[in-house]
Amino acid sequence: MTATGSIGRRLTLLLAGVAALLSVLSWSMVTGLAWQAAERTQDNVLAASATSIAETLRSEQGEVRLELPYSAFSMLGAISEERVFYNVMAGSALLTGYEDLPVSTLAPPAPGRVSFSTSEYRGSQIRMASVTRLVLVGTGPVPVTVTVAQTRGGVATIAGDLSQLAAILSVAFFVVAVALSAFAARASLRPLNEIAQAVSRRGPSDLRPLRRAAPAELAPLMTSLNRLMDRLGQSIRRSEDFIAEAAHRVRTPLATVRAQAEIVLRSVRDEDEKQRLRRIIRAVDESSRSAGQLLDHATVAYRAEHLVREPVDLADLAARTAASLGPTAAMKDILIQMDTEPVPVVGDPVLLNNALRNVLDNAVKYSPAETTIALRVRADHGEARATVADEGPGLGDGPAEALTERFRRGSNTEGVVGSGLGLTIAEDVLLAHGGRLELETDHHGRGACVSLVLPSA
Amino acid sequence: MRLACLAIGLSLLATLAMALEVEDHRLYPGTGDRMLRIVSTADLEVFEPYLRAFQAERPAISIDYTVVSSAELHRAIRNGAEFDLAVSSAMDLQFQLANDGFGQSYRSDSTESLPEWARWRDLIFAFTAEPAVVVLSAERLAGLPVPATRQELITLLRQHPERFQGAVGTYDVRDSGLGYLFATQEARSTDAYWRLSEVMGRLNPQLYCCSGQMIDDVSEGRLALAYNVLGSYAAERLVRDSDGQLQILRMQDFANVILRTALIPTTAREIESAGEMIDMLATLGLRDAPGSWTLPPLRQTGDGEGSGFGPIRLGPALMVYLDPLNRRAFLDEWENALEQR
Repeated sequence: MTATGSIGRRLTLLLAGVAALLSVLSWSMVTGLAWQAAERTQDNVLAASATSIAETLRSEQGEVRLELPYSAFSMLGAISEERVFYNVMAGSALLTGYEDLPVSTLAPPAPGRVSFSTSEYRGSQIRMASVTRLVLVGTGPVPVTVTVAQTRGGVATIAGDLSQLAAILSVAFFVVAVALSAFAARASLRPLNEIAQAVSRRGPSDLRPLRRAAPAELAPLMTSLNRLMDRLGQSIRRSEDFIAEAAHRVRTPLATVRAQAEIVLRSVRDEDEKQRLRRIIRAVDESSRSAGQLLDHATVAYRAEHLVREPVDLADLAARTAASLGPTAAMKDILIQMDTEPVPVVGDPVLLNNALRNVLDNAVKYSPAETTIALRVRADHGEARATVADEGPGLGDGPAEALTERFRRGSNTEGVVGSGLGLTIAEDVLLAHGGRLELETDHHGRGACVSLVLPSA
Repeated sequence: MRLACLAIGLSLLATLAMALEVEDHRLYPGTGDRMLRIVSTADLEVFEPYLRAFQAERPAISIDYTVVSSAELHRAIRNGAEFDLAVSSAMDLQFQLANDGFGQSYRSDSTESLPEWARWRDLIFAFTAEPAVVVLSAERLAGLPVPATRQELITLLRQHPERFQGAVGTYDVRDSGLGYLFATQEARSTDAYWRLSEVMGRLNPQLYCCSGQMIDDVSEGRLALAYNVLGSYAAERLVRDSDGQLQILRMQDFANVILRTALIPTTAREIESAGEMIDMLATLGLRDAPGSWTLPPLRQTGDGEGSGFGPIRLGPALMVYLDPLNRRAFLDEWENALEQR
């Protein structure tokens, strides 16, 4: 599996990018607005000043007269320390003020309207407001333009200060937004992580569909996952059915072969041939045993999924199992020594019988002739415990847990035919019942001791 | 000494070349080559302590001190006369120089500590706040009530025309920049100004260019009353002449307070020294007690007269009465009031 970057990181980066974009946008907007506001403030004062001068315009004895009101300039000084310039033009003649002020003479504003312009004067940028009024002089009206100008240092300072403040706020906004994005990304990915954890917490053979509340976006994933598990479960069941079917079909002809071989054995006198026939019979036995175990395994796999829960007395079960294996044990002169007390458990009697039979069968198989197998059933600290102890070669040197893997056999089983399924079946059964299988080599150095532990009812 | 003579000669030549109407001039030679050229409206006897104090700290710097009228100072700087520091009591003219770009900005801890109203754009710096006062001759007013407001002064002048005929002095606002500033600000602030001018106009008033001469004439008994005299000069004279002839009166209804300001012209070369001088003046301007200095500080906290009036504001409004049209209109009215012959 190749990881193509984390969704969380991608989401965070994406959100942070959006936040950065918004920060820059808001900063530039605030800066623009600050400029506009500062400019408008200045424009308003300039317009008020120019207008109040223009209001003093009058005609006296054929001349244009005016008086600069004190307030016209004091209002300019009240809000900032800008340099102030002004002039008053009657037509193209200077009435008073700064002659070289760069007033645009091309298009004087319509009478009564204030026009603004920005220009360069005496080494500084200035903002000018002009008002034109018509004054009747002599024969006709003369347009008189009053222009008041101010340098713009203050506007730049105010706008700059506001812009800086906006920049600080934008950065703070960005930082908060990034933190929140990281949080949001983590929060929105939480359901995904929860589902992943739920899946990985499951046991190896748990293929039940996931029944969890999931966000709408994850529903398709859940559905696909469930469908996949369903298909997987079906395919496993099909192959187990197939194995069971195959084992069953093999077992019947094998029984026929064995019966025929035994009949022949009785009629044959030659010792060599007898030996050969006995080997055949043993091989057929092993084969049919393996087929039986494969069947058991399939049974366990099937029944464990739909576990029947009914009260079972473990001692009774042990007695029946021991009885069924009695003839085989007797063939090797092995004594199965029972030491039981009634211990009630809840479970599937078929499966429990299967498990115990496989363990006991193993013990019979690996025990030398004329030995004793002890089968003990006890209630112990709230647990039901059936222990099978033999006097065989033990469990070998490898790790005991490895023996419950499928088709895994102990390191000291050479010379004995076996499938390696017995302990696997036993363990599967116990796990399905919430119990466990305990393996240990007898403390005297000889013999294996296998315990089937179940929660007691 | 020869060097000093040469320097005086040279600077005289220079001022002649610019046709500067110099009222007074003095060179304070230092030990080094640097020369701080100050043009000022302050009389030598008033400003000398400051120059001495400056030189005591920086003996290497020579000081060339030229006294001119405020209008002359304004004209000279506009025409590009070379000075390192321009000190004037005519706030309006100083402000116009700064506004029109004839000053260079200067910034230091001392100027930063000045209150906002005492500086403008780091171009001009105020270091004194000086009220306009009325100076009376105690002898010639013997037996008459001392007026406290303009209304009382008008009443006094009306009731005793014989005492004041030809014995009232005030600035000739056509010549004196400071007189013009006082007159315009007063006309703006109080209606009594024009009535007072009318009354004075009927008494054949004497017109002066400068505070100093007015004070001289009052102390010598030629004038009974001088109106709108720079209080600091009067106070300085009062300290010197202790014969009780002079009486300084601050009008209770309204009194102009002007700020004496310094500005570094764009033509300045000794900017560093000029800045140091401004620092010294600003620091002195912020002192709490008047002390023994000839000019008062910016804040007159020890002043028991309780003047409720702030100084004239440094701002573009000062340029309103400098406008030629406004000036013409004001002078017309003023002449109508004061010259009723």
